Amino acid sequence: MEDKTIVCRCSDITIEDIREAIKNGYETFEELKRVLRTGMGPCQGRTCMPIILREISIMTGVPIEQLTPGRNRPPVNAISLGAIADQEEEADE
Amino acid sequence: MNKTAEIVIIGGGISGAAIAYNLAKKGMKNIIVVEKKFIASGATGSCGAGIRQQWGTEMNCKIAKMSCEFFETANEVLEYDGDIEFKQGGYLLLASSEKEKEQFKRNIKLQNSLGIHSKELTLDEAKEIVPILNTDDYVSAAYYEKDGHLNPFHTTLAFSTAAERLGVEFMKYTEVTDIIVEGGKIKSVVTDNGIIETNKVVNAAGGDSQYVAKMAGVDIPVYSERHQILVTEPVDPILSTMVMSFTGNFYCQQVPHGGIVMGRGDAGEPRDGNINSGWHFLDEMAKTITNLLPPLKKAMVIRQWAGLYNLTPDRQPILGPVYEVEGLYLAVGFSGHGFMFGPATGVLMAEMIMGEKTSIDISALNLYRFAKGELVFEPSVV
Repeated sequence: MEDKTIVCRCSDITIEDIREAIKNGYETFEELKRVLRTGMGPCQGRTCMPIILREISIMTGVPIEQLTPGRNRPPVNAISLGAIADQEEEADE
Repeated sequence: MNKTAEIVIIGGGISGAAIAYNLAKKGMKNIIVVEKKFIASGATGSCGAGIRQQWGTEMNCKIAKMSCEFFETANEVLEYDGDIEFKQGGYLLLASSEKEKEQFKRNIKLQNSLGIHSKELTLDEAKEIVPILNTDDYVSAAYYEKDGHLNPFHTTLAFSTAAERLGVEFMKYTEVTDIIVEGGKIKSVVTDNGIIETNKVVNAAGGDSQYVAKMAGVDIPVYSERHQILVTEPVDPILSTMVMSFTGNFYCQQVPHGGIVMGRGDAGEPRDGNINSGWHFLDEMAKTITNLLPPLKKAMVIRQWAGLYNLTPDRQPILGPVYEVEGLYLAVGFSGHGFMFGPATGVLMAEMIMGEKTSIDISALNLYRFAKGELVFEPSVV
């Protein structure tokens, strides 16, 4: 993959950025998320997580199935504050 | 593998990292920080990222002011190659009753006497700062322009990387399982990666501080309570300042990245260390915030998370030694404000441990105030 290839489309993070951070000792998805914002955007890691885990595996030599993926947090899909707030009003009627 | 250390700091959050950095800067060698997961993985990394100086007790005001002044130059002082994302957009606090309005007046008088130039605002003045604000449920406001936001991960990493350059060792993914005390003195710290022989231990374990204290045979009057947060996807600037209400039980701020972060607490939480996210919070938060800031109805929630407040009876931290166990120090019970107090915690604890006179007299924050009943209650907490 080209160094400038975007891995995280939410925060414009390239494969080069990922490799640099892994080199600096951030060797888990959760740590990379905190230094680079990968997995914090609207896609919540759906795009970047498999690519990042593969890159960690290649650089650390740890098989991908032994790596800890990022923690999934709700909501599953983005939802507007208005939709959540209104939902309950309807249920109350 | 066994090691020896001059001091072991338990907890790699903002407090532990800042204490380690300050001790190393004062020349202490052989400092080890033990962290169960990774840097800022606990309460620090799940906090709301706001920093304020508008407090209701003298100690909290002084510690917050000292910390805020440090944040202003932290990137340079700590020679950080990233950015701690410090933004001073101010905090707008809303009073919902005449009683709270009076409390704010007292707080402002105290803050002003300590060099924090907060001021009372009318609702119209509040709307000038936040034009989208619905003021229906409120009577007045308080505002200080130097409060704001800070990135918890990068701020903590700024401290930890500076500490590492000064020789501090961070043992990540290492859990403390016991603290050995003999004849009333600290002897060693037992971890799942070996034993560390030491005569000094700092408990900076955030939401786990009561369990760490218990390992040394010490009961401390703190408990941990889940507080939840959500963030929206990044949007164009719409909210320049933090909006917060103590009686309304919420805070809401747009961070520099564009996401809008908001949170609230629930005093009915079971005290079981749970940090999962709940639907109930999402529902209450959405209703509260769309009523207060109606245009946010369109903002898309992308993530919720939770962290632990380590709460003391008076909502002020415990900073000081434990007399029953020689060599044991506490930097615990920050009651939801450990991140924003981090720089002062680092300086003051390092001074205390080195036997120096502390820059601020923090004797009022000792562990023994609770037994004596010498409590000054902090009224301003969400």
